[in-house]
Amino acid sequence: MTAGTLLEVSHASKVFDVSPPWLARTLARQPRLLLHAVHDVSFSIRRGETLGLVGESGCGKSTVARLVIGLYKLSAGTITYEGHKIGALASGRIPRALRRKLQMIFQDPYASLNPRWRVADIVAEPIHAQRLVRGRRAIGARVDALLSQVGLAAADGQKYPHQFSGGQRQRISIARALASEPEFLACDEPTSALDVSVQAQVLNLMRDLQRELGLTYLFISHNLAVVHHVADRVGVMYLGRIVEIADKATLFRHPQHPYTRMLLDAIPDVAMSGESRIPVAGEVPNPLSPPSGCAFHPRCPFANERCRREVPQLGESPDVAALGAHDRVACHAVEERRLGSETRVRESPRKVVSDPT
Amino acid sequence: MMNGRVAGALRQSWDSDLAYSFRHSPYAIAAAVVFLLCVGSSVFAPWVAPHNPFDVGQLDLSNSLKPPMWLAGGDPAFPLGTDDQGRDILSTILFGARISLAVGICAVLLSMALGVALGLLAGYVGGKTDAFIMRVADVQLSFPAILIALLIDGVARALIPGAHESMAFYVLVLSIGVSGWVQYARTVRGSTLVEKNKEYVQAARLFGIHPLAIMARHVLPNVLGPVLVIATIHIATAIITEATLSFLGVGVPPTQPSLGTLIRIGNDFLFSGEWWVTLFPGIALVVMVLAINLLGDWLRDALNPRLRT
Amino acid sequence: MSVRRSPHPDPIPDGQREPSASEAGEGHALLDVRHLRIEFPTRRGVLTAVDDVSFAIGPGEVLGVVGESGAGKSLTGAAIIGLLEPPGRIAAGEILLDGARIDDLPDEAMRRIRGRRIGAIFQDPLAALDPLYSIGSQLVETIRTHLPMSEAAARARAVELLQEVGIPAAARRVDHYPHQFSGGMRQRVVIALALAANPQLIVADEPTTALDVSIQAQIITLLRRLCRDHGTAVMLITHDMGVIAETADRVAVMYAGRIVEIGPVADVVRAPRHPYTIGLMGSIPSVADDRDRLVQIEGSMPRLTAIPSGCPFHPRCNRAFDRCVRERPELLDAGTSLAACWLHSRAAV
Repeated sequence: MTAGTLLEVSHASKVFDVSPPWLARTLARQPRLLLHAVHDVSFSIRRGETLGLVGESGCGKSTVARLVIGLYKLSAGTITYEGHKIGALASGRIPRALRRKLQMIFQDPYASLNPRWRVADIVAEPIHAQRLVRGRRAIGARVDALLSQVGLAAADGQKYPHQFSGGQRQRISIARALASEPEFLACDEPTSALDVSVQAQVLNLMRDLQRELGLTYLFISHNLAVVHHVADRVGVMYLGRIVEIADKATLFRHPQHPYTRMLLDAIPDVAMSGESRIPVAGEVPNPLSPPSGCAFHPRCPFANERCRREVPQLGESPDVAALGAHDRVACHAVEERRLGSETRVRESPRKVVSDPT
Repeated sequence: MMNGRVAGALRQSWDSDLAYSFRHSPYAIAAAVVFLLCVGSSVFAPWVAPHNPFDVGQLDLSNSLKPPMWLAGGDPAFPLGTDDQGRDILSTILFGARISLAVGICAVLLSMALGVALGLLAGYVGGKTDAFIMRVADVQLSFPAILIALLIDGVARALIPGAHESMAFYVLVLSIGVSGWVQYARTVRGSTLVEKNKEYVQAARLFGIHPLAIMARHVLPNVLGPVLVIATIHIATAIITEATLSFLGVGVPPTQPSLGTLIRIGNDFLFSGEWWVTLFPGIALVVMVLAINLLGDWLRDALNPRLRT
Repeated sequence: MSVRRSPHPDPIPDGQREPSASEAGEGHALLDVRHLRIEFPTRRGVLTAVDDVSFAIGPGEVLGVVGESGAGKSLTGAAIIGLLEPPGRIAAGEILLDGARIDDLPDEAMRRIRGRRIGAIFQDPLAALDPLYSIGSQLVETIRTHLPMSEAAARARAVELLQEVGIPAAARRVDHYPHQFSGGMRQRVVIALALAANPQLIVADEPTTALDVSIQAQIITLLRRLCRDHGTAVMLITHDMGVIAETADRVAVMYAGRIVEIGPVADVVRAPRHPYTIGLMGSIPSVADDRDRLVQIEGSMPRLTAIPSGCPFHPRCNRAFDRCVRERPELLDAGTSLAACWLHSRAAV
């Protein structure tokens, strides 16, 4: 493990058994149904860095976040945090010292807070569980400090979650996540359920907190524009595998994998008004019965026989001049140099707008 | 400061959607008034009732089968007439309602405790525990509740011979309580399955909180809503079950008659013309159960977010 | 290395530069909404969810209605289709389709218009399709309700429609049930249903929000092409400015139940005039720029129970002055678009 690496995920896999109940299965003579949600995923995150994971539904990015945090057990592979192996342990058995360093922010601001608890109790729960601070007054003071750190008032602690808007609830979630003084935050689509202007507030807040507290983020999203804004490095997932992982600027300017290129083309970006696109056909296949070989081959204009047979491995791209040393892509066409390199240049729409702030 | 908080909380409750719905629902208010009257008069029965029908010494057989006071042969001392033992019907109704209500409420509490606990466990832990509890529930559901109650009653009597009379109350509560846990367990299990997957439960797991603590402090408050509705309606069912069991002769002893016992006793006299012995306890039972049912209906509709305007 | 630009950018056809809201009532407009007001009586009093909204859509035009949650855009769409759920009701204003009022029609008459002249696409395709009937029978039902056709002819048309929306093996799949289609395919079926009776106007409420990004692109392109081919006007309601920028000819920005800016899409997107729109555009992250912080509009949209006096945006506006607190601004001329902001008033402040 290189110095500065905080989290290392190595050949992680997660398989869910979604078979119908035993009796139904036996009577209907059906085989077990296994869902390979995450397959052979490897990446590392350095301290203070933000890794963005993008992909569409069924790609497994949320599962990866939960594996890293310890909510799911690994089916194969290892996850190492600061040198300690986690991931094969159920969440209950991660040592307390490590437990508090890894926290999560969830997507749904309405389901991530217990509607029957007061906000102050919600934020104080990790403090109690970790026994970081003792004494009612001290805990109360810490809760007030956390609330103001995320832009809420101390008096808000006495209210219930339903009295807050979606954006404010996400702030409460962030305050709760910060209560245990974590180093690493997995953020599972934290702004997807929020309005655009509220999303801006929350993203700015998260950036400020990262600077202030030296946090490391794993940021999951299906929204490429958001990931472009927050991440340092970006990984693209498709049907349980990472197909490309690179430095942000590189990925958005010189996308290698055909799926990445397709995703970038598909963004309805304000900068593209007036330009027509040719969207790629087809839909994400059913994860229960993935295509053979490379999962993307049915939709890929560059697929050949090898793509149908062999699963491509994450490797370095031959076009090293354009890429950084740690950038990887899993594609036969790239490896065989069948793909022309492309540069994407986009015009910012913001030239004329005056920034009010 | 405490008064301020309490007053504030009361004001909040008064203003809440639930209270608003209550204030604007005439049948809920009427049902609540009737129910409170029933509860009040039976709780204060020793002071309200003109006689004490359980005091065997007070009974005088010469008073037996007197008709209600507005009929010929009636006695104002016994407004609704007397039964075959000379007990004043009105007083017996009041004292009997007390027993019926007590049995009903205690049995429901027992069912609720048992059902909610098992439902939580089944829903949260899942797997074999869930399968086992639900199969037991399925088996129990294939028997009518009365039969289950009779079974438990019979077993208890066999196990504890002799102390029958003083134990009758507890045996009743036990049998009705155990026969009724399944509906709570099923509802709570369903709600638990939904809540379990919500992010706030996952967050609690992340903090390393023990599963039992999660179940009790996080999940339980969120699954109790439908339970209250079921409980309200279950009180009515429990009272009827108790009445049935007493009617069948396996409930409370005949010296401390509940409404059901009264109805049974009076049944024998229906055809000889002494209708009041059965009718008035019957009306009392119907009124009480109807009031509870209406309250339960209102509560269910009031708590249903989709029906709210 | 090729610089990726499309060789044939779609021009905005001149014929579709339709009258703007200020010219409503010219007789040109297909849909004319005038001073629409939607209210909700609650026990806390009457809440005004949509307040004095006016706009017009010309034949074949795509009008985007954009706004955040609670802005009232979905309610406006629902009122136009005639599917406003009680206790919500149209308290004032008029909705005219081809010059004739449709907001005060009895249910039966509205039902005939819905489908025949106004089609609807909603966010959740599962809710729009009845799971118990094959999509073929649902299509045929819609077609035969509004057009005089035999069963066989309607079925042929249904297959045609499915082919048009890009369902592969349409002749076979016409007898399939909704659950046998994926999300993107279902939305295509919903589009087919909406177009079945050749309506003049389609009201699409968040048609792509529930879909994956790549499917979104397909659906947007499809919708645009079909509406252009059939000459159907579209009222596209969404919170996604990117979708609007790609699809619409004009856009109306809604805030707290009112339109705060309306104009040609390119102008509103590149040079917004209302402080809310400016803030909104600045808060959208884009892959095209590299900013440290996004523009942040403090606070949040006011709840219906506490709409500020005067201009509803003034508490959050960093350029508000006295008049903004006192008087509610009308849509004023601000160059090529209209903005409801006193900053654009030529009268002395």
